[in-house]
Amino acid sequence: MSPEPSHTNPQAKLIYMANQIAKFMESKPHAEGVALLASHINDFWEPRMRRHLFSVIDEGGAGLRPLVLEAADRIKRPVSA
Amino acid sequence: MKDFIIPDRDYGTPAAKSKQMVTLTIDGFDVTVPEGTSIMRAAAEIGISVPKLCATDSVDAFGSCRLCLVEIEGRNGTPASCTTPVAAGLKVTTQNAKLKTLRRGVMELYISDHPLDCLTCSANGDCELQDMAGAVGLRDVRYEAVQTHFRAKDTSGQVNPQYIPRDDSNPYFSYDPQKCIVCSRCVRACEEVQGTFALTIEGRGFDSRVSFGAKTDTAITSDCVSCGACVAACPTATLQEKSIIEIGTPERSVITTCAYCGVGCSFKAELRGDELVRMVPYKHGKANRGHSCVKGRFAYGYASHQDRILNPMIRENITDPWREVSWAEAMEFTAARMKGIIEKHGRHSVGVITSSRCTNEEAYLVQKLTRAVFMNNNTDTCARVCHSPTGYGLGQTLGTSAGTQDFDSVEQTDVVIVIGANPTDGHPVFASRLKKRLRKGAKLIVIDPRRTDMVQSPHIKAAHHLALTPGTNVAVVTALAHVIVTEGLFDEAFIRERCDWDEFQDYAEFAARPENSPESTALLTGVSAEELRAAARLYAKGGNGAIYYGLGVTEHSQGSTTVIGIANLAMMTGNVGRAGVGVNPLRGQNNVQGSCDMGSFPHELPGYRHVKGEGVREIFQKVWGVQIDDEPGLRIPNMLDAAMEGTFKGLYCQGEDILQSDPDTKHVAAGLAAMDCVIVHDLFLNETANYAHVFLPGSTFLEKDGTFTNAERRINRVRKVMAPRNGYADWEITQMLARAMGANWGYTHPSQIMDEIAMTTPSFAGVNYARLEELGSVQWPCNEKAPEGTPLMHVDGFVRGKGKFIHTEYVATDERTGPRFPLLLTTGRILSQYNVGAQTRRTANVAWHTEDLLEIHPHDAEVRGVKDGDYVRLASRSGETSLRAKVTDRVNPGVVYTTFHHPDTQANVITTDYSDWATNCPEYKVTAVQVGLSNGPSEWQQDYAAQAAHSRRIAAAE
Repeated sequence: MSPEPSHTNPQAKLIYMANQIAKFMESKPHAEGVALLASHINDFWEPRMRRHLFSVIDEGGAGLRPLVLEAADRIKRPVSA
Repeated sequence: MKDFIIPDRDYGTPAAKSKQMVTLTIDGFDVTVPEGTSIMRAAAEIGISVPKLCATDSVDAFGSCRLCLVEIEGRNGTPASCTTPVAAGLKVTTQNAKLKTLRRGVMELYISDHPLDCLTCSANGDCELQDMAGAVGLRDVRYEAVQTHFRAKDTSGQVNPQYIPRDDSNPYFSYDPQKCIVCSRCVRACEEVQGTFALTIEGRGFDSRVSFGAKTDTAITSDCVSCGACVAACPTATLQEKSIIEIGTPERSVITTCAYCGVGCSFKAELRGDELVRMVPYKHGKANRGHSCVKGRFAYGYASHQDRILNPMIRENITDPWREVSWAEAMEFTAARMKGIIEKHGRHSVGVITSSRCTNEEAYLVQKLTRAVFMNNNTDTCARVCHSPTGYGLGQTLGTSAGTQDFDSVEQTDVVIVIGANPTDGHPVFASRLKKRLRKGAKLIVIDPRRTDMVQSPHIKAAHHLALTPGTNVAVVTALAHVIVTEGLFDEAFIRERCDWDEFQDYAEFAARPENSPESTALLTGVSAEELRAAARLYAKGGNGAIYYGLGVTEHSQGSTTVIGIANLAMMTGNVGRAGVGVNPLRGQNNVQGSCDMGSFPHELPGYRHVKGEGVREIFQKVWGVQIDDEPGLRIPNMLDAAMEGTFKGLYCQGEDILQSDPDTKHVAAGLAAMDCVIVHDLFLNETANYAHVFLPGSTFLEKDGTFTNAERRINRVRKVMAPRNGYADWEITQMLARAMGANWGYTHPSQIMDEIAMTTPSFAGVNYARLEELGSVQWPCNEKAPEGTPLMHVDGFVRGKGKFIHTEYVATDERTGPRFPLLLTTGRILSQYNVGAQTRRTANVAWHTEDLLEIHPHDAEVRGVKDGDYVRLASRSGETSLRAKVTDRVNPGVVYTTFHHPDTQANVITTDYSDWATNCPEYKVTAVQVGLSNGPSEWQQDYAAQAAHSRRIAAAE
């Protein structure tokens, strides 16, 4: 029995999580949604998680919802470890 | 506070609540009491104890024993003082020649049918019948009883049909009918205090007997939930704790707080020497008001269970057997490993998990260990998997991450919504208080996929049961808002004053959309639109409306959204800020509120202040003398992910069994296996310990000082009842580890830790042990503005300023049924077991629940050929396990349900790692599954059992 949502790939999991947040924020007025999505990730995501997210964004952001990409500028880029 | 056993004063009848005062004279003394007070209680107020047997102040007066007779000037006869209310100007006499004669006569009759084996009786020294015989001066008994209830054989040697042998079927107490005086205190306690109605009086006159349900029932086969209320109420040895029968009467008592659920009941631990004789609910406990459940009252035997580990153990690899070592060697080994990891992989490669079963002081030290010694914010707590969405949702909308009320508030509520909670099993003492209010007329709405006991049980029936499909909470809550908005049932004045009117307008526009109407949502929620509309109207306009919710709300992909939706409902109907209303999360573990308050979350320092705040960091940096990381740390699931990718290597886990309690067991196991140093600090070799390199034996709540904070924000003292069997209290062990890692901590008592918490955390500024001693308990915030604490929150305004309405759009979970997995599994608790069962499985509570069962609807069972009691295979996308089926219509077709109390079932092998969007709280409550007949344990269960057995080996001492 193979687990269907593959969480062995850290990037896939973070894409999924970022999109989940986006879905909630999409019901807000657009500008507010963008701002709150970014601050949610800044407030709750450890730098390692944000680093993985940026590695996806930097490669074009495949799989991410548009709101995540729009918020990307406001997400704090972790200082390299 | 170690007292000799002085029983709490029994005033005979409950306190009256009237504000109208009445003055009367009793035995020549004036006394002023509230209207509605009994003469018996009024007398007790001035220290006059009228003899009594059937009266006790936990239940209403009954007037059956005729011992409490008094004379009242100008009135005829000798009325019973327990059932006669006071009136202005009464002149009462409680003792004169006539009354003495009458009382003696009554006692003679009682004693003529009671065995005179006082010396060998288990109630010797603690028997009210004995006391009353003394009080009335009984010197001889003139009657010779021909028929009795206590002689096994009558005088001619024939078997006495009235004799009923002792019922020892309950593991914790005995029912011995020969000692019974049929005062009905037990029956009334079962009805009025517990609300189970398991006991009754059968027969009439001389044939009257206390009976557990039907004649064929025993204590264990009846509806009895073993709460102990009847035992506490019994004046004789009829209902008696078996521990008293075995040990004898206790000689000292210590007031402390139960370590099971979030109700946080106060108990008197009664001891002889350092042997715990019994736990008795403390009458002045403000959470429980003298009541208890089977867990707190009786299930403490795990503290002395043979499985308990008392010496530290270490091992190089998790495949090695454990090696018992000294504390010094354990600390040296652990510190060296952790330092080595930090050196090699950096300071972010290690972290901690604080315990919601340990004290505030202990949780504070564990998060301090990671922040000030490991130098990162990688701290999390089991609240991650239960109430983290509460913290987020209530913080966003109201401004505090906590419930708004005290438990007393339920006494003034008119309409209760219970959503995603099963209080009769999960929070039994609160459930009893709620049921008491419901029996007095409050209305109830239950939102739950299952027909829980709250929906219908003796003398309780929910006005509406919205049996929704698991995973559709947000749709139901938003539909309730839809009805309130579109039918104009909201409280405009409240919203204008307390919230932002424009924001509400925006939310109202959202809620009013046609897709949020109950008619539209019915298709996905399965809840009838008419029923939902009626429920919304009742809540909005039925008077004081209170919402109580549990993990059925939080443990979803949209857990935080539902919490927000609940807060929206309360705000729009004006149901916040006074007694009888509010938003009340029912917390799972005893100190889940406290562990969150203490900064256990990776983004927050104590007092819910984000680590990004420079000012907040500065406060702690000054006290701790270190630089605090300004980035949020890893949450439990993120730690495991990081472990899998090789950047997280060391974990100190205190009093938490993540392998059994966290979702997707295989993922947890793989994450743990990838670490180089897992330190488990617990009472038992729990499931997580199978993957540990260090085992530090913990102490029980009976063995240390500290505080627990319950679901109503009440800080209660935990007091050391006996010395720790493992040698140290848990806070001392964390301190040893910190010192071994180079910290210079030097706490000598938990009160010093609380002082540090008060110094750094504004909502705790007024809390210290002296204050707790003085007030018994306080509810935070406790500071200059509220020196005695805060029973009700948001009274004059919301903590965040204006209450905030936030859109709650329904997003279906990605965990969906389909042809392979057509059923939805939801999980929960039962009364007698507690969470992963580490404690309760090691007590006689297994008499009620020996294994986890799968509840399945008869239709679903029939098409699968499953019969009641069959072994079935339960499979999801994540894994599979086997357990026995229980065919029942408590669940709807399409829904199955199980508990997660037993490690061999491992229900979390089945659950997926979908989680709440805001907090990563796992989606335990929705898993698509298939059920089929099975021959026995699954392959995983067999492998797991083998691995666990292998891992638990302890090398023999040389």
